[in-house]
Amino acid sequence: MTARQGRRPLLTMSRIEKIFGGETVALKGLSLTVNGGDFLSLLGPSGCGKSTALRLIAGLIHPTSGRLEWSGERGAGDLGIVFQEPTLMPWLTVAQNVWLPYRLRGKRFAEAQRDIEAALELVGLADFSDAHPRELSGGMKMRVSIARAMVTRPRLILLDEPFASLDEITRFKLNNDLLEMKAALGCTVIFVTHSVFESVFLSDRVIVMAARPGRVINELGIETPYPRHADFRTSNEYAAHARAVSNALGEAMGAAA
Amino acid sequence: MNSFDDAAPTLDEEEEFRARRNRINRIAKWTLPSLVMALSLVAWHFYVTLNDVPHYVLPGPVPVGKSIIEDWALLWPAMLTTSRLTILALFLAVTGGVALAVAFTQSRWAEMSFFPYAVILQVTPVVAIAPLLQIYVDSAFVAALLCAWIVAFFPILSNTTTGLKSADHNLHDLFTIYGATRWQRLRYLAAPSALPYFLGGLRIAGGLALIGAVVAEFVIGRTGTGLGLASTLLEASYRFNFGRLYAALILISILGIAIFAITSLISHLMLRKWHESALTREV
Repeated sequence: MTARQGRRPLLTMSRIEKIFGGETVALKGLSLTVNGGDFLSLLGPSGCGKSTALRLIAGLIHPTSGRLEWSGERGAGDLGIVFQEPTLMPWLTVAQNVWLPYRLRGKRFAEAQRDIEAALELVGLADFSDAHPRELSGGMKMRVSIARAMVTRPRLILLDEPFASLDEITRFKLNNDLLEMKAALGCTVIFVTHSVFESVFLSDRVIVMAARPGRVINELGIETPYPRHADFRTSNEYAAHARAVSNALGEAMGAAA
Repeated sequence: MNSFDDAAPTLDEEEEFRARRNRINRIAKWTLPSLVMALSLVAWHFYVTLNDVPHYVLPGPVPVGKSIIEDWALLWPAMLTTSRLTILALFLAVTGGVALAVAFTQSRWAEMSFFPYAVILQVTPVVAIAPLLQIYVDSAFVAALLCAWIVAFFPILSNTTTGLKSADHNLHDLFTIYGATRWQRLRYLAAPSALPYFLGGLRIAGGLALIGAVVAEFVIGRTGTGLGLASTLLEASYRFNFGRLYAALILISILGIAIFAITSLISHLMLRKWHESALTREV
């Protein structure tokens, strides 16, 4: 009996196909159920359609065929997204950037202030609310981006290779913190990455994808219970999981041919 | 602790050196051009007096200075007219250019329909249009205003259009996810993204508005309607009053410098908090 059993589906994708420009098959036969509370990683080489899958879930693009169903009503603040770049507005302060999801729903800054402060507290940037993005380091900008995705306390947060351009030390720190933030919010996370180690450390489900055409070829469970701390990285269990995921990724690369 | 104490004086020295260099730079920024100006005036003066250059070829700086003072009653109203013409043209160029740029980015049809005409307006030399305007428009001032507006309008339109389209595509996606309205997208995303582009256009347009005004005065003011500085300049040349001609020329330059300084200041004030162009890096 693992913690994952007994979770209820949040989002179901069945036989989704996405074709760009009438010929490029970005995704083929993607069937995936995302359960509430999952930390799910989409892992695969470039061109395997993992970002396309994320954009489909975000509603930014629509499937060519197949179905994507949400269980229950989906409200405006139910979804948060973090891109590979921090994607902040340089002319606004940190707090004003985090305000964006509320601002677009017509909520005044003063009304949202408590949530904004809480989100900045969660990412450890409470002291920087009046700074402009240019004054921050790369890792701090990414934290602001995460705070913005979390400020409305969404049910689902999508992260598209958010730490790919950061140095390893910063990345480890943000990985640790991301798990704490997820636990604090109790949300579901879908995390796109091409790092085996990141996917093993963070997620409880790793979906391994192959390219040309983009498809799922394996799913592995990482049963290690949360909270996971930095020492998990040096454990034998972690090494075993990393080996298994690495092998699956190797198969995916072979399958791409 | 010890090593820190040892290191501290070196740091101070470096700091001091940097502060001194900054101070020298600040002073030099003003004194050097002033010095160049003073030397040029002296050279000009001696060239004219030592060679006995006739005043209708090149008047010396002294008669030009005298003319500025003596003809002030004539030059000052002319300068006011040219300033009013330039500023009003610039203002209309900003409102028109920004409004059309917004229309272009909001509607592809609007852009397809009108953009070619904006280009035609831009590439047709204003000197060629000015005499026509004089025929169709009764007021010389309005005709000149139209000329200056035509020249100043395009950089605003072109830069603002580019700027409105320059927003980060990930931010656009984010706005889509959060269900932003068209107005919100324009106000919170496209407009701030366009601001540096617009301000760049404004600086160009400021100079062009003055050029447009001067050209219009040359062409339209000739009929004796007596517009601004450029008309005064032209008239002075007919009368072989070269002191006054140079005086008017200098005032036009001063006006140009003032417009550039003001538009630069506006740009700096609006962007200093966040835009790369307005940031000074610590060396």
